[in-house]
Amino acid sequence: MTEAAEVESVLFHGIFLSRQSSLVSNTTAVEDKLQDGVPQTIEQLAKADIKIWVLTGDKQETAENIGYSCNMLREEMKDVFTVSANTAEGVKEELQTETVQDDKVDGEYALVINGHSLAFALEKGLELELLRTACMCQTVICCRVTPLQKAQVVELVKKYKQAVTLAIGDGANDVSMIKAAHIGVGISGQEGMQAVLSSDFSFAQFRYLQRLLLVHGRWSYLRMCKFLQYFFYKNFTFTFVHVWYGFFCGFSAQTVYDQWFVSMYNVVYTVLPVLGMSLFDQDVNDRWSFQHPQLYSPGPLNIYFNKKSMACCMIHSCYSSLVVFFIPWAAMHDTVADDGKDIADYQSFAFVVQTCLLLVVNIQLCLDTNYWTAVNQSFMWGSLILYFATTFAMHSNEMFSIFTSVFPFIGTARNSLSQPNVWLTIFLTCLLCGLPVLAFRFIVIQLRPTVNDKVRYKVRKEGLPGPVPCHPPARRVSTRRSSYAFSHAQGYGELVTSRRFLLKRPVKSCNNDTKEPQLYRIISKDSEHQPQKH
Amino acid sequence: MVKEENESPNRPDNTAFTQQRLPAWQPMLSAGIVIPGFVLIGLAFIGIGVALLITSRNIQVLELDYTGTEQNSPCFQCSDPDQQDCVCTLQFSINSLFEGPVFFYYGLSNYFQNYRRYGVSRDDGQLYGDLSYFKEPYDQCEPYRFDRNKRPIVPCGSVANCIAVYTFRLFQIVNGQQKEVPLDGKGIAWWTDYNIKFRNPTVTPLRNAFNSTAKPLFWPRPAYELDPSDPANNGFINQDFLVWMRRAALPDFRKLYRRITEGDYANGLPAGNYSLEIAYNYPVLSFSGRKMVVFSNVSWMGGKNEFLGIAYLVIGTLCVVMSVVMLIVYAKFKFPEED
Repeated sequence: MTEAAEVESVLFHGIFLSRQSSLVSNTTAVEDKLQDGVPQTIEQLAKADIKIWVLTGDKQETAENIGYSCNMLREEMKDVFTVSANTAEGVKEELQTETVQDDKVDGEYALVINGHSLAFALEKGLELELLRTACMCQTVICCRVTPLQKAQVVELVKKYKQAVTLAIGDGANDVSMIKAAHIGVGISGQEGMQAVLSSDFSFAQFRYLQRLLLVHGRWSYLRMCKFLQYFFYKNFTFTFVHVWYGFFCGFSAQTVYDQWFVSMYNVVYTVLPVLGMSLFDQDVNDRWSFQHPQLYSPGPLNIYFNKKSMACCMIHSCYSSLVVFFIPWAAMHDTVADDGKDIADYQSFAFVVQTCLLLVVNIQLCLDTNYWTAVNQSFMWGSLILYFATTFAMHSNEMFSIFTSVFPFIGTARNSLSQPNVWLTIFLTCLLCGLPVLAFRFIVIQLRPTVNDKVRYKVRKEGLPGPVPCHPPARRVSTRRSSYAFSHAQGYGELVTSRRFLLKRPVKSCNNDTKEPQLYRIISKDSEHQPQKH
Repeated sequence: MVKEENESPNRPDNTAFTQQRLPAWQPMLSAGIVIPGFVLIGLAFIGIGVALLITSRNIQVLELDYTGTEQNSPCFQCSDPDQQDCVCTLQFSINSLFEGPVFFYYGLSNYFQNYRRYGVSRDDGQLYGDLSYFKEPYDQCEPYRFDRNKRPIVPCGSVANCIAVYTFRLFQIVNGQQKEVPLDGKGIAWWTDYNIKFRNPTVTPLRNAFNSTAKPLFWPRPAYELDPSDPANNGFINQDFLVWMRRAALPDFRKLYRRITEGDYANGLPAGNYSLEIAYNYPVLSFSGRKMVVFSNVSWMGGKNEFLGIAYLVIGTLCVVMSVVMLIVYAKFKFPEED
């Protein structure tokens, strides 16, 4: 017996008996309830400018009801377009004419498209049309979609829109979509582990998506961009100083720093502070991130690390390298120590320039770090102390007497740092590199504050942590829709006239000579243990 | 989906470290800190700049170029590279007392002691007195490693080879007569250089250590005859040699030659006429270099260098100006608190 017929019979039996004024003993129904927090999650993600499309294998009515219950389809939407034609021409016509035109996007639209129509719409000729229409709608719901079509829709968006796609699903039929998207998220639970095994991230409830994106995704983007920008700055500054020194050393590739410094710069002296920043940095904490989903927008718009910011980084490191080289150059040029001895020799100059460089680069990291945990502090100060300790050790008498040609800089650190003008030079260099950045950032925050700045200002005023998120229940304008998708497509007229409602005696097995199939099973004490065939 | 509170093995730790809730200091650029900070830094810089400038102005420096390119300069004949052992005399006068202790430097310009290939061409092991390097000098010393007769050169390398050996004699003209000014050559190199970095081989007499070695090509005398009268200034620990081996960072440099601290000149060089006798034996015209002597006295900030003072003053003024600009920007454009 087919599923549809079984449902019809149960329904009819209930209705028939009720019409007969008899007592309905019980009614069973299958309920597929939405998880907790799904509408709130979708609402928050929509506020973060994330477009959400639903690709489901369910019927159109079920999908529409679910859309209404999650607040994706709203009563106040201007129009909900349905594309359900069965031919390619019909689909084309529906997409082009009946849906919203290019320049008339005034208000919110939604698109509901059937799997059958989707098969035509995903063909070469119509896919751009579909994409154009879909992207003008706030919500897109595709119903009766096969797993392959799910993957095709995702690939369509990937190919033609410069957007990052995330696919989230819980069943085996979502696996192809999860694998096709940039980020695949699997929900583990009732439908098995297929989706989880093929995904990049997995968790147990849909509402955790909010945390994944708005908190961890956002922090990760922020940290990555800060790290990249700082790393390029640090190394460009290091390298440009050699370019300037080339003019003064006959372009002979003489390093302006000690060889040991060159080896240990990226490996020992500057590795821990930048690691600390890229592991722990946060701009606002997680509760404030939930409260202000607009903070997510720099990510998709790629604001923090793009060509323009890279060019700014290069100009900044050019300026820093000019300061780091030319201030010691001018200060050491033709000058002597306070006892008349040489201070403008290569080794002292190298030491002063490398100390200036390291301090400048660390000051820039201090200005970049927003979130100073104990770990960050220890990494920063520890690195500086390590630099001075290592340098003094390498310039000491003992190391020279053990490894003579390896540590030729003996006595340099002691000699240089005992001179006041060396300290004054270092101080001037550091502040001349750090103060313009500080002033520039302050002025930019005043003139053109970003969402980030405004939220941080608010956080500072109201103190940490943010309020515990309390979600008000979703407003329902119409009580016509509920989160229980109790849907059925056909009316009862056909059921009545088909005479299938007539009661039949239950038979124990389906015999070949019985022409009429068994419609139902009466549960009684004797028949419980007997297998019934339908 | 039921959320269970039991101990699942996959459940992450709920510590501040793993959940990224570590207590932290979150500084923000607020006007109350930035603007007064800039003003303070600006005022401090201006103060330091003024002190540096005043100190620098009080330092006396006298530079005399004696390259001899011009026809009428005293050392014109000596600048001809074919001339050997030429001596020229420079006349100059000092208007007021040149306060002591006076330091006497020789300077070279357009001389790239910081050239990489030149700079690595030395053997620190030899200079530390290690006799094994006397037989096998360091490879980087090429081509100044072995001489034509395959003898190892000690000290090897181009840094040592191109040493500028100067002989200056300074006279004050008193009543028409030349009175020699005593020049003190002790302790002109770094203490660490003299005591630790450069050591003579522990062989007495010193010349025996240099058996079957050769002197550098351009040297007039071998290393153990740099100062035969004073064993504490002979061999590798000769002060002039140490000063030369500490190679300069920039192509224009000056190196300490002597100090004027003794006798009548303990308080400095009095005003008057002086003549300087120069044994010109280091030709520089082939690379457009220039030679000079510099007399200078020093202060707590070293030699005369007005750059630091001027830089501090300029930066201090800019800081104060920036703080005013920022105050104006803040007052006009203070962003309103909206969501």
